[in-house]
Amino acid sequence: MALHLFTRTRALENQIDEFLDKISEAGLVFNRAVKLYLKKGQGKEFDALLEQCAGIEHRGDELRRAIETDLYAQTLIPDLRGDVLSLLEAMDYLINIYEANLYRFSIEAPEIPASFRRGFKELTETVVTCVEAVVLAARAFFRDIEAVRDHNSKVMFLETEADKISTKLKRAVFASDLELAHKTQLRYFAERVDELANEAEDIADALAIYAIKRKI
Amino acid sequence: MDLTVLFFLTSGLFLGWSLGANDAANVFGTAVGTRMVKFTTAAIVCSIFVILGAVISGAGTTHTLGELGSINALAGAFMVALSAAGTVYMMTKWGLPVSTSQAVVGAIIGWNLFSDSVTDTSVLIKIFATWVACPLLAGLLAVSIFKLVEQFLGWGKFHLLRLDAYTRLALICAGAFGAYSLGANNIANVMGVFVPVSSFTDFEVADFFTLTSIQQLFLLGAIAIAVGVFTYSKKVMLTVGQDLLPLSPVAAWVVVISHSIVLFLFASEGLEYLLANNGLPTIPLVPVSSSQAVIGAVVGIGLMRGGREIRWQVLANIGGGWITTPVISAVVCFIALFFLQNVFNQQVYREVRYELSAPVLKKLSEHKIPIKALQELRGKSFNSGVQFLDALHAKRVLTDDEDRAALYYAQTGKFVVESEKIYLLDESWFTAAQMEAIRNLSARTFGYRWTLAEALANKTSEWRLKDNSKVNKLYNKDINRKLDYVYRTFSVNE
Repeated sequence: MALHLFTRTRALENQIDEFLDKISEAGLVFNRAVKLYLKKGQGKEFDALLEQCAGIEHRGDELRRAIETDLYAQTLIPDLRGDVLSLLEAMDYLINIYEANLYRFSIEAPEIPASFRRGFKELTETVVTCVEAVVLAARAFFRDIEAVRDHNSKVMFLETEADKISTKLKRAVFASDLELAHKTQLRYFAERVDELANEAEDIADALAIYAIKRKI
Repeated sequence: MDLTVLFFLTSGLFLGWSLGANDAANVFGTAVGTRMVKFTTAAIVCSIFVILGAVISGAGTTHTLGELGSINALAGAFMVALSAAGTVYMMTKWGLPVSTSQAVVGAIIGWNLFSDSVTDTSVLIKIFATWVACPLLAGLLAVSIFKLVEQFLGWGKFHLLRLDAYTRLALICAGAFGAYSLGANNIANVMGVFVPVSSFTDFEVADFFTLTSIQQLFLLGAIAIAVGVFTYSKKVMLTVGQDLLPLSPVAAWVVVISHSIVLFLFASEGLEYLLANNGLPTIPLVPVSSSQAVIGAVVGIGLMRGGREIRWQVLANIGGGWITTPVISAVVCFIALFFLQNVFNQQVYREVRYELSAPVLKKLSEHKIPIKALQELRGKSFNSGVQFLDALHAKRVLTDDEDRAALYYAQTGKFVVESEKIYLLDESWFTAAQMEAIRNLSARTFGYRWTLAEALANKTSEWRLKDNSKVNKLYNKDINRKLDYVYRTFSVNE
């Protein structure tokens, strides 16, 4: 029985690690895809990255469901199960936002003037780093509770940075001579990309509470 | 086994059931309360290990009748067990963890009052001390272990799920160990008194395993405990593991392990002997009870966290339950004995006589008890311990130890070392020299317990008590247990 318990636990640990890996992967793909879009616009390469991101999202969903089912079926971590499930769902939402944003680029194919490309690039890099920091915080929640706080503080910092970049970008967009519809579309894209950092910050806030509860 | 014995056996089984319903919560309460172990799993593991403990280790101490051993009539033992079981049942119904052995001691005090027997004041002190010292020690230990575990987990950085698996396994192991001890230590209280009247016969299972009659009797008692665990322990488990203080799984384990360590360190004569024998300082033995230890550990952790989470009302109810358990048990037993004796015409106790004869006075003077004032009582006979002590105290105030010595030496009886009874003795428990000494006394009659003890001691040094020191304590206790067994075997009703 004990051996079975440890084998199942090990398998579940691996699944959680893989799930968190998928979020990091999705971030890397998203970063590459946005940079590519800014450089070359839509094309086969972009579509391939979009497909890759959709694949990651699909695998992420599978893993999340499997983890959730196992946690319930084996009645593991009874005191923290609710927190872990909320965490996994919130993390899964991050992959969804990555994927949804790439679809938005693919469907709407916004025209981004050269003067704003640097702002979008900077915003994308910051939000992806911010999400990566929250992935580290989530990993720490499972393994090294004391480190959660360190990663969380990075998330908070990067979220503020992303807000600053996004606000600056939106101001520049609305100060330009573009059509109002174009301005609104660019603002929309800036907000959707920035949403990733906001979501990461919400997760970090929740993690801070979960971490207190996880202390024995 | 005649029908009366079978009927009387039911109260033992009821006591077993109550023990299972209440005491199982001490070992599995926090595990079930934190939802780390399902109630069904806990009940199965607990039942299996209670049965193993009772049959394997419990049977090893069958020669002692547990605390009920002082009761000298079967109907009396029936009522003492029934009163204790009834009290524990009532407390269990209210979800309060109480000490079954304190309920038994309370009922014995009721029997003592009814039969005019002397209640040793040390028993009362032991009960009071258990209420205070035991939770205090368990609480302090729980806090220390909690701090250590916190450090260790910070250093070990275990994955949440791995920690969950380790904790789960640790809780089950600690629970199984606790259940084994529960069965081994308490079965004597449940069934011990019925050992002499059991008519089970040994039976062999597939040539390699024999279940002795005593083991069969204990198996029956252990099954009663297991039924108690399954049918009624959940409520008390949730009080211990959930209602008093919300605990994390690791804290739940800290509670169980602190409780076990307190029971081991402060109640283990074996450990005291080991330390004393190696010239190491010993840990003072303190009366401990598993219910008190568990609650002490939970409260200790609660206080360490600032005390805000402790539900004080629940704690007050539990504390109230501890105090009322022996009292209710004593009162119920006293009243019930009255009915059993006067309405159902059952003999609930046998009269014990005391007499200050010349040899007794000589023995007392050897124990440095001034007998000058007691000479007036010489040759007088008393029908109860209380009457005897009252008469002594009217002449001279004696200390508790002197009281004990006077009661021991003055108690009369008739002990005939009949050869048929020698064959009934469990030879494997005695050394060859001890058995030889008993055989040498064949056909002799003794009027006092101590004269029989002295006759045995004169035959071989292996029946002699050693000096009263910590190193010899365990040895002397063993000899006294064997002597009790010999007295019971050769005692003849006059």
